[in-house]
Amino acid sequence: MSERFRGVLERMTRIGGVRGALVVTADDGLVVADALMEGIRGNAVAALAANLMKRFNRVSNAATVGGLRFLHLQADGGTLIIVPAPTGVLVVTIGGPEMNVGLARLEMLRAIEVVE
Amino acid sequence: MVDDIEVMTAELVANPGSLIFLELGETLRRRGQLESAVRVALTGLEHYPSLLDAHDLYARILSDVGDHQRARQVWTQVLHGNRRHLGALKGLAFLCFWSGDADGALDHLETALAVNPADQSIVQALQTVRAMEPHSMADAPTPSAEPVFAGLDGAERGILLVDDRGRVLGGRLEGAEGADVSEHAAAYLAGAAQEATRTARMLDMGAWHWVVAESEAGNIHASAPAAGSLLLIVRDRGVPAGRLTMLAERAGHTARKWLDGQQL
Repeated sequence: MSERFRGVLERMTRIGGVRGALVVTADDGLVVADALMEGIRGNAVAALAANLMKRFNRVSNAATVGGLRFLHLQADGGTLIIVPAPTGVLVVTIGGPEMNVGLARLEMLRAIEVVE
Repeated sequence: MVDDIEVMTAELVANPGSLIFLELGETLRRRGQLESAVRVALTGLEHYPSLLDAHDLYARILSDVGDHQRARQVWTQVLHGNRRHLGALKGLAFLCFWSGDADGALDHLETALAVNPADQSIVQALQTVRAMEPHSMADAPTPSAEPVFAGLDGAERGILLVDDRGRVLGGRLEGAEGADVSEHAAAYLAGAAQEATRTARMLDMGAWHWVVAESEAGNIHASAPAAGSLLLIVRDRGVPAGRLTMLAERAGHTARKWLDGQQL
C-alpha cells in the first residue's frame, strides 16, 4: 500500500515548486507516506496540516457550508494545500510561493483515488 | 435524582475507592447540598490526591459556597497539572468574569474553546462575556448600525470582520437557513487564524496571507487585512476561488479604511 502511495507522491513532487507531498491521518496528523525534499520536516507538516484542516472545518461548519474538500494556505514564503480523502486521511502538498497550485491539485485528486 | 444519589452513595460505601465520588459530588453540588458535596469531594481527594478532576470538583464547590479565593487557587493548581483542563479553564473564566476581569475570562474561555470547539457552553459563555465586556464591541456600533462593507457584493450576508479574539467588528454572516451565524463563525475564525499563523511560522513560510477553502456547499476565504483583525468571506460554490480572492482584496481594502477611521 505504501509503495502505491509513494509512487503517486513522487509524481506530485515533480510539479514545479513542490517541495514535498504526504499522506497523513486526518484525526491525529501522523505520516502515512511521504515524498519530501531534504530539510522538510514531514512530522511537523503532517501535524500542522491536520490541525489546520480541523480548525477551518469548524469555521466552515459554523458558516453552515459543510465539511471542507480543499484547503489552500498561502504565505509569504510558501504554499500548503490539503485535500481530504473519504478514508480518513489527508493528502498534503507543501511548496514554494511559485508552486503551480492548479497542477498540484489535479495530482492530489489522483492521489485520492489511489488512497481510496 | 434522590434515587441516583442513594445508588451512588451505596456504591461509594461499598467501595470507598470508587471514582463514583466525582459524579456523586457533582450531583450533590448541583442540588445545592454543598456540605455533603464537600465531604464527598474531600473523601475522594484522600483516595486520589493527584486526580485533577477531584480538585476541579472541590473548586466548583468552593466557588458555590462563595470562597472564590480558594477556588481560584485550586483551579490554578489544576492548570499547573494540565493547562488544558476544561473544568479549571471554565471555572477560572467564571471567577474572572465575576470579579470584572472580562479580558481574563476571555483568555480562559478562548483556551477552553481551543480544547473543545464543540462545547456549546463555552461558545455561549464567550458571547455573554463579549456582550457585557466594558469597552468591548458591544459598545461599538453593531454591524447593522455600521455597514462596514456597504456597497460590496454580499455585504450583509457573506462578509465578516472580526478581531483577533473572535469578536465581530462588522459585516454579517448568514447561515443556510438565513440565520445570523456571525458570532459562531467569529469564535472559530480566531482560532483558525492562530493556527494558520502557527503553521506558516513553524514551516518557515513566513507570514500567512490567506486561506481559501472549498466545502460541500460553499467556498470560504480568510485573511488578516490589518493587525489584530480577520476577514471571512463566504460564498456558494458557484463563486470560484479566484473571484473570491478578488472580492476579499476589495473587502480587505474597505476593512483597513474602516479600521483606520476607528482609531482617529
